[in-house]
Amino acid sequence: MARKALAGIGLLAAAGIVLSGCAGGGGGGDADNTIDGEVQGEIKVITWRTDLVEDGTFEEYAAAFNEEYPDVTVTFEGITDYAGEMLTRMSTTNYGDVIGIPAIQPDQYEQFLEPLGQTADFEDTYRFLPAASFDGTQYGIAFGGNANGVVYNKRVFEEAGVTTLPTSEAEWLDALQQVADNTDAIPLYTNYKDGWPLTQSFGNLGGITNDPDAPITMAEDPAPWTEGTDMYAIDSLLYESVAAGLTEPDPLTTNWEQSKVDLGTGKIAAMTLGSWAISQMQDAAETGGASADDIGFMAFPASVDGAQYAVIGGDYNLAVSKHSTAKAAAWAWIQWVVEHSGYTEAQGMVSPVIDAELPSTLAGLSDAGVELMEINPAPAGKEGLINEIADDSQIDLYGPLYRQKLVDIARGAADGDKASYFAELNERWAASAANVAD
Amino acid sequence: MSLATPGSAPADAPAVLSAPVRARRLRGARRAADLPGGRRPTGRRTAARFTPWLFLAGAVGLLLLFTYWPALNLFWYSVTDWDGIDLTKEFVGFDNYVQVFTDPRIFNVFWVSLYYFAASFAQMAIALYFATILSFSTRLSSLFRGILFFPYLINGVAVGFVFLYLFQPGGTLDTVLAWFGLADPPQWLGNPDIVNWSLAGTSVWRYTGLNFVLFLGAIQSIPHELYEAADLDGASRWQQFWAIIFPGIRRIIGLSFILAIAGSLSVFEIPFIMTGGANGSATFVIQTLQTAFNFRQVGLASAMAVVLLVIVLVVTWIQRRLFPDEKVDLT
Repeated sequence: MARKALAGIGLLAAAGIVLSGCAGGGGGGDADNTIDGEVQGEIKVITWRTDLVEDGTFEEYAAAFNEEYPDVTVTFEGITDYAGEMLTRMSTTNYGDVIGIPAIQPDQYEQFLEPLGQTADFEDTYRFLPAASFDGTQYGIAFGGNANGVVYNKRVFEEAGVTTLPTSEAEWLDALQQVADNTDAIPLYTNYKDGWPLTQSFGNLGGITNDPDAPITMAEDPAPWTEGTDMYAIDSLLYESVAAGLTEPDPLTTNWEQSKVDLGTGKIAAMTLGSWAISQMQDAAETGGASADDIGFMAFPASVDGAQYAVIGGDYNLAVSKHSTAKAAAWAWIQWVVEHSGYTEAQGMVSPVIDAELPSTLAGLSDAGVELMEINPAPAGKEGLINEIADDSQIDLYGPLYRQKLVDIARGAADGDKASYFAELNERWAASAANVAD
Repeated sequence: MSLATPGSAPADAPAVLSAPVRARRLRGARRAADLPGGRRPTGRRTAARFTPWLFLAGAVGLLLLFTYWPALNLFWYSVTDWDGIDLTKEFVGFDNYVQVFTDPRIFNVFWVSLYYFAASFAQMAIALYFATILSFSTRLSSLFRGILFFPYLINGVAVGFVFLYLFQPGGTLDTVLAWFGLADPPQWLGNPDIVNWSLAGTSVWRYTGLNFVLFLGAIQSIPHELYEAADLDGASRWQQFWAIIFPGIRRIIGLSFILAIAGSLSVFEIPFIMTGGANGSATFVIQTLQTAFNFRQVGLASAMAVVLLVIVLVVTWIQRRLFPDEKVDLT
């Protein structure tokens, strides 16, 4: 009986293998289905902006798009947990026609995305190309860009007596201390519990030392957490602010949605976020009965020879799925939505089109004389280096985990101090850099 | 779970023939029927042999497809360097397992499980206490049973959120404590010395109901005459508990003990919802999840999952060796 049972199980297992084998393969083998082909067919746009799907903004874009390309039917699908869900979904062949590139490695682009052309051919038209480029081939165009820095409440800073914006860590701590002493506001809100807002200040990498090759500089530095580097300045600012008691009292119960209202109404003085947050904070301020004009934006408190720099970088890059059945229509949509939809103006983001004007939300930066800078493309073969080291060392540069630990140490909730933790990070980084180099 | 009831099986009861005996009888009867009809027993017998498999195919197929096939895949991933998305998976042998056992960061989180393990004793004590009380005729006992079991029915995510608000500074718990004059309560989740106790407490609240129902069921299967006899002999409730109830449900307590160990090793949803594993509250499962999806080392995370499975199996095996599954005889 036992042998028969085994045979039965074997049979079913074999059937399972055959079934799962069928799921693979497929894809567009149609010769006409290229990005240069005829612009027609049905395309599905998968997006992280669920709010714009719900309030009909995307439908309006589609209607305007159809005036130019009447043979295309555009449908939208919003995913709330886009970053996580999209990665899982890409293991199938059904992940829409137009997508925002999730956190996959540059050398994996060709497995999932349709190449759009040579990066060099786009350089005169678009900003923010490096993130979606591999080996000289462009796979995506940014759907808007942001400046990195600090969102703050101007009224609170004024009430506290802060007249000039800080341009160094010491000045920053002084300013926050003044806020703590003279107002009831929380000087800096970390959003520790939600986690992802902690990662935002990493976008300043390169702006502190005016190094447009900062990701490679960091990847090749065996000890990036050493005084004088971008990474040190970013994490040290967080550490010292927390250690001086200038952040929220209980970080474990923070709440992102509430923090927007609190910053808008002056219960919070500052948060280290990208410029994308400005319009949301302004909305929250008006909802909370305060003025949208209170919301200001400043560069990361650091300077090089008296000059300040703010890194601008692309948001998600729009790309065409390799398995799309209407690649030409998908590519036409990307070009149209990036250039003509008015999305970046409405969102206060930096347009990826080089000729477009800077948004009004960044007026504060230009008034303060801050120069905007972009990160250079990584040299061939090193596109994913910094990510590989980060993954291997489990130092999640783009995630909250190691910074939560940093905050824990700074507030005395975990063992160690700044020097010991930075030494540990350096050690792990160097070990993984050696690992990855093998 | 059932208790042996001595002297309950008369020797001549026809219903309790063992399965093989019954099968032999049926087959014999069928063969007798076949014989006059002609000589083609082989084909028919093959068909008959497959009939049970047809009935089983649906259930077994689903089981294989959704349980064993993914599990096999997990083993396969654990010997690759897959990042969760790449189309190619490179075979790396046992490198991932070596890393699981040599990287102190991975195994250190098991200390967190000790909090939940300690709390599971409180949980069993509370459950046993209420199960005993409510197994006697208590007023409104059905209502109390419902109240005690209710937390187990709530979705774990909802429980996490409810307790998140309870533990907030100035939240429900602090307010209630203030009524009793405790004006300066600690940060229940923010203080690293307290956070794991807070979370383990939440876990106790949630799972006591399950233990309670298990204990109550076992206690009620103890024959009622034993209590009456004990009453006649003048035994107190306390003596009844030690002499009748406790030995009567020893096996269920043993089972709960295994569940407590396995459960405390694989705690997940409560700390994940309430703290996301921050502030030193990460458990092994949370760390596995972070390895897979934050650090995109699905191969290593699969190896961690396999190691956890093996540890739970070993703990269960040791427990079975130490407390063998002996029959309980109350007479």
